[in-house]
Amino acid sequence: MSIATNNIAFNVEEIRKDFPILERKVNGYPLVYLDNAATSQTPQQVIDVIVNYYSNYNANIHRGVHSLSQEATDKYEAARIKIQHHFNVKKAHEIIFTSGTTHGINLVASGFASILKKGDEILVSALEHHSNIVPWQMLCEKTGAILKVIPMNEQGELIYESFEKLLSEKTKIVFLNHVSNALGTINPIKKIIDKAHTKGAAVLIDGAQAAPHIKADLQALDVDFYVVSAHKMYGPTGVGVLYGKEEWLNKLPPYQGGGEMIATVSFEKTTYAELPHKFEAGTPNICGGIAFAAAIDYIDSIGFETIARYEQELLNYATIKLNEIEGMKFYGTSREKTAVISFNIEGLHPYDIGTLLDKMGIAVRTGHHCAQPIMDFYKIPGTVRASFSFYNTKAEIDRLIEAVKKAKSMLA
Amino acid sequence: MNKTIQEIQKEIVEEFAMFDDWMQRYEYMIELGKALPLIQDKYKIDENLIKGCQSKVWVHAELEDEKLVFTADSDAIITKGIVAILIRTFSNHHPSAIIEANTNFIDDIGLKEHLSPTRANGLVSMVKQLKMYAVAYQTQLN
Repeated sequence: MSIATNNIAFNVEEIRKDFPILERKVNGYPLVYLDNAATSQTPQQVIDVIVNYYSNYNANIHRGVHSLSQEATDKYEAARIKIQHHFNVKKAHEIIFTSGTTHGINLVASGFASILKKGDEILVSALEHHSNIVPWQMLCEKTGAILKVIPMNEQGELIYESFEKLLSEKTKIVFLNHVSNALGTINPIKKIIDKAHTKGAAVLIDGAQAAPHIKADLQALDVDFYVVSAHKMYGPTGVGVLYGKEEWLNKLPPYQGGGEMIATVSFEKTTYAELPHKFEAGTPNICGGIAFAAAIDYIDSIGFETIARYEQELLNYATIKLNEIEGMKFYGTSREKTAVISFNIEGLHPYDIGTLLDKMGIAVRTGHHCAQPIMDFYKIPGTVRASFSFYNTKAEIDRLIEAVKKAKSMLA
Repeated sequence: MNKTIQEIQKEIVEEFAMFDDWMQRYEYMIELGKALPLIQDKYKIDENLIKGCQSKVWVHAELEDEKLVFTADSDAIITKGIVAILIRTFSNHHPSAIIEANTNFIDDIGLKEHLSPTRANGLVSMVKQLKMYAVAYQTQLN
C-alpha cells in the first residue's frame, strides 16, 4: 500500500479546520497545543464516528443475534482488519484490542511469568517511560528473573554496543520504545530485534510515541510484540492494540478471565477461546476500536510521508528559533528524532516556565515526563517538552518563542 | 498584638486586587518568592520535602513562644511565591489557629488553579503539611 498515492496537497490551515479544539482560547489567548506527545487532538471525522456509533448502532458485540449487535460487531472487526493492514500484520487475530499501551505491556509481562525461570534476564532500555519499567520489575519479583538496563549516551541514544554485551542466551525478552517519549529519540529497533533473535530472545516494542509519526511494518521488523495507543494517533483515549506473533500469543496464558475469552465453561473445566478473544475478556471499548480505525483513515488521508516531512520542518524551525534564546539547553539531540523538543533554560525551573506558558495559552509538558531515570541521567529535575503535530504552525512556534522569552524575563 | 491569620489573608487579597492582569499577579508572586524566609541548609533534607510537587519544596517548623514559625524553600520560583504567601499567613501563629484556618483566600487572589488537587505544584499538599506540623506541635503544647 503506497502512502504517496493517497497524499493530498498539504495545507495546514485547511487541516486545522478539522480539529475543533484548536479554535478555543485558553486563559484569554488562542490555544497553542504543543503537548502532542502526551495526547493528540481528535479531528471532526473521528468525533463524527464516535457520535454516530452512540447515535445509531451502540450494541454489545459477538453475542447478539439482533441486527444492531451484528452491525457493531462488523464495524469492530472491520476496525481490527484496518489496523492489521495499517501495521502490515499477517493475521487479523494477531491484533488484540487493549485499553492502551500500558495494558498491552502488562499483558505481555504477566504472560511471561509462566515462561521465565529464576536467573533468566530481561533487558529494558534506559529511555523508558518509568511506568513501563514497573511491570518488568513485578515480573522479576514473581519469577526471580533479573532486570538489566541498556544505557544511553549524552545525546539520548541507546548505546548499541552495551546492548550487544548485555544480550546473552539468558535474555528471554527485550523491551524498549520505538521512540522515546521524553526526548523523541528514534531507536534502531530493527537492528535490536534482529540481534535479540540471534539469542532467541523475544522483543516487545512500545510504539506509542512512534505510531503517530512512523508507519511501522511489523512483518518487515519481525518484531514479536508491538503496542500502541489510539489517543496518540488522533483517536480516543482508552483504546489501543497489542500486536503479537501468533506463536507467541498461543504460548501466553490469558491475562484476565471473563466473558468473550472462553469457549466452554463448566465448574470442572473452562476452555479458552481462540485468538484474539482469548485476550479480550469482557465487553471491549467497541466505539473506541471503531474510532481508532477512523483515526488511521484520517492519518492516511494526509499521508505519513507528508506528515513526517512537515513535522521535521516544524522541528527544525523550532530548534533554530529556541536555540537563539540565551541559556537554552536541549536534551535528546539524536539525529534520528521525532518532532519533540525537551529543553531547559539555564537557572530556571521547567515548572516555572511551563506555568507561565500556560498563562499565555501555550500547552507544553513540564516535569520528568514519567521518565525519571532519564532526568537522573542528566541530573535535572525535569524539562519543558514541546511536541509538535502536523496541525501546528510556524506562527504557533513564534508564539512559543515569544512566550518563553517573556517567561524568562519575568523569572530572571 | 499580632494580626490574625484572617487579617493577613485579607491584606493579601487587597494587595492582589491592585493588579489588573495575571502577569502583574505572577510578577508579584515571583517577588514574594524571592523574599521567602529561607530554610537553613541543615533542614533542606529529604524528610522535610513535601511529596506531590513537580518542584521541590522543603518546609521546616519550629515552636517559638507557643507560636509556630515556618521557613521553607523551593527550587522553582513560582512555587516559592506560593509557599511565601502560605507562610506569611500561617507562620507566627499558635498551632490551634493554624489548624482552624482555611485557605479560601487563594481563590480570591486569582490563584485558584493552584488549588486543584491535580495541579502538580501540590499547593494542597503544602497546606496539608503545614497543618500537620500544627497538629503535631499542638499535641506537644497540650
